[in-house]
Amino acid sequence: MAQVVKRPKRKNPVERTRLPTLPPATRSRVALGLTAAAARGRFELQVCRDCGAVQYPPREVCRICLSQRLFWRRQDGMGELISDTTLHAAQELFFRERLPWRIGDVRLDSGVNVIAYVHHNVGAPPCRIRIEAALDRSGQAALVAMPERGRPALSDDPKLREMTCNPRARKILVTDGKSAVGQAVARALAAAGADLIWIGMAEPWKKSAGFDALRELPQAKVVPLDVTDSRSVRELAGEIGGKVDILVNTSDCHRAFSLAARRGVETAQLEMDVNYFGLLRLAQEFAPTLKARAADGDANAIAWVNVLSVFALSNYPPHGTYSASKAAAWSLSQNLRADLRPAGVRVINLFPGPVDDEWDQLEMPPKLSPAALAAALVQSLQGSVEDVYPGDVAQDWLARNLESPKTLERELGEFDR
Amino acid sequence: MKTTKTKLTRRKSAAKANVRTPAAPTRGDLGALLVSGNFRLVDLTQTLSPDFPTIVLPPEFGQCRPFRMEEVSRYDERGPGWYWNNVSFGEHSGTHFDAPIHWISGRDLPNNSVDTLPIAHFIAPACVIDCSAQAKADADFLLTAALVKRWEQRHSRIPAGAWVLMRTDWSKRNDPVAYQNLDDTGQHTPGPDPDCVRFLVNERDVLGFGTETIGTDAGQAAHFAPPYPCHYYMHGAGKYGLQCLCNLDLLPATGALIVAAPLKILQGSGSPLRVFAIVPAE
Ligand SMILES: [Zn+2]
Ligand SMILES: [Zn+2]
Repeated sequence: MAQVVKRPKRKNPVERTRLPTLPPATRSRVALGLTAAAARGRFELQVCRDCGAVQYPPREVCRICLSQRLFWRRQDGMGELISDTTLHAAQELFFRERLPWRIGDVRLDSGVNVIAYVHHNVGAPPCRIRIEAALDRSGQAALVAMPERGRPALSDDPKLREMTCNPRARKILVTDGKSAVGQAVARALAAAGADLIWIGMAEPWKKSAGFDALRELPQAKVVPLDVTDSRSVRELAGEIGGKVDILVNTSDCHRAFSLAARRGVETAQLEMDVNYFGLLRLAQEFAPTLKARAADGDANAIAWVNVLSVFALSNYPPHGTYSASKAAAWSLSQNLRADLRPAGVRVINLFPGPVDDEWDQLEMPPKLSPAALAAALVQSLQGSVEDVYPGDVAQDWLARNLESPKTLERELGEFDR
Repeated sequence: MKTTKTKLTRRKSAAKANVRTPAAPTRGDLGALLVSGNFRLVDLTQTLSPDFPTIVLPPEFGQCRPFRMEEVSRYDERGPGWYWNNVSFGEHSGTHFDAPIHWISGRDLPNNSVDTLPIAHFIAPACVIDCSAQAKADADFLLTAALVKRWEQRHSRIPAGAWVLMRTDWSKRNDPVAYQNLDDTGQHTPGPDPDCVRFLVNERDVLGFGTETIGTDAGQAAHFAPPYPCHYYMHGAGKYGLQCLCNLDLLPATGALIVAAPLKILQGSGSPLRVFAIVPAE
């Protein structure tokens, strides 16, 4: 049964805000392959190219034939919970603060045994289960045994909920509510049970369609925020920074087209100012407080979401300067992630393909609707991922980029506009 | 100096500051005035701040960059003993000056950019036409040549080389939304009609036109013939613009001297500036 998450009690101002503890984060280089897949919401294990054996834990050579030709392959995770136990004592501070903690021994149908966290909806062993790879608070992959049927959410389990950033009952800042995407995101977060949504509004004199209707959301509170203005970001951080649990950066400027299509640097600078420097300003002003509040009881700071673009992966010449600004933002988001990870605050990046909005007007379908993008964003918070490529175009680009970045670059370069 | 006698009309209200219409002192007796201390200064400048709105154009056009300020150091590790900022802004942000080169009609004139325009123009008399009541009643109010002539009857003929400042009290709109006053048909702010601008340029040979709104033209002036007549005719004749002025209500209808010296930007089309008025004591 889904656990009802209530609005957290108000903080007792006499008590110290605790510091975050993290589950053990050290992984071998090869074991990070598990994390790389989990960051995209996949459970992958190494498979031997020579004998076909599935491997666990991650290793350099095949456990059966000693071949070095191992590759990562998606797993369905089906298996059996052989035994389980509940820890009542632990040396690790993270577990010590959260005892008791249920773990289990799982035999996967693929032939390997794993130790996994056990979702509280899983019955007593022996029973069929499905292993999922999720990200724990230190940003590393952890295996979770889920019930075979029923598909409960991670966040339905009070312990495993911490592996998600469920927006339910959370206080969330959406940095720009004027764009179609910003509006869809605010609505989706409200529908997902957010407690309070601050909606940033730049240049209040420019009306944007649909914005006034947002004010009618009971959770919405419109706040002045212009990410191109350091003072504006600083003032808002001073006002609400200590309350934000999740920051969703929807600020986006998409103007210039190909390198040759616009003279001068003004417009490219504006894109950079919003997409890159905007993120930098937000990070400088909001990240320190998010880190400080990462263990602030049930009302803690948990996540930062950036709406980037799949154009960040490889320059898309019809949107060349925009691609460059999103690539810069992507790079900076990795810096932000490294900065927030030690506190257990997750940075989630979304890489949508063309969005069905004004600035992708001339892009051929399929285009991602703002509502679909918003739904993917909420889902990424409810789940346990870092990198999201919503929609067919983004998935396609991702696959092509993983296969050969150079080939993708060349293919994208052949446009006729 | 011309000693036009103060003209008092029957309709004047004694409480109003702008009923007396002394001629502005010429540069010749400016020195004597400054030495006498017998004047007051009125700051006509809005504070340059990131919150101050800039002109709104369709997003596919190039945009005027709003005023922005980044701290370089503040007595800290970035500069232990000093505080300073780097600022950036478009030439047409905040209270600013428009040079003839700003408009296509003035592009071929000599000395048409802020770095080359004659320094003698930095101090000039002002005629302040009070349109505050009309602008309050109608945001799209247009100043006409007939209204200017009526003003002249009450005060004095606008001398050649004078600023004509259109007082609307628009600068008192502190909320930027009310100041911009945009709806889905564009901006609604007062300004001069095309005929009025032609009259001021051709018949009165003014130095320029100044407003409290975000442009010297009315909010709907894109639909006039020609579009943006104040920019078109004024700059085409080598005249200037001043916009986003404030405190025009503190000026007499005539008699004030305007000091408006734009930044000396190479080939600059305009610049934010500190504008103030020297008002001789009555
Ligand atoms: Zn093998
Ligand atoms: Zn201007």
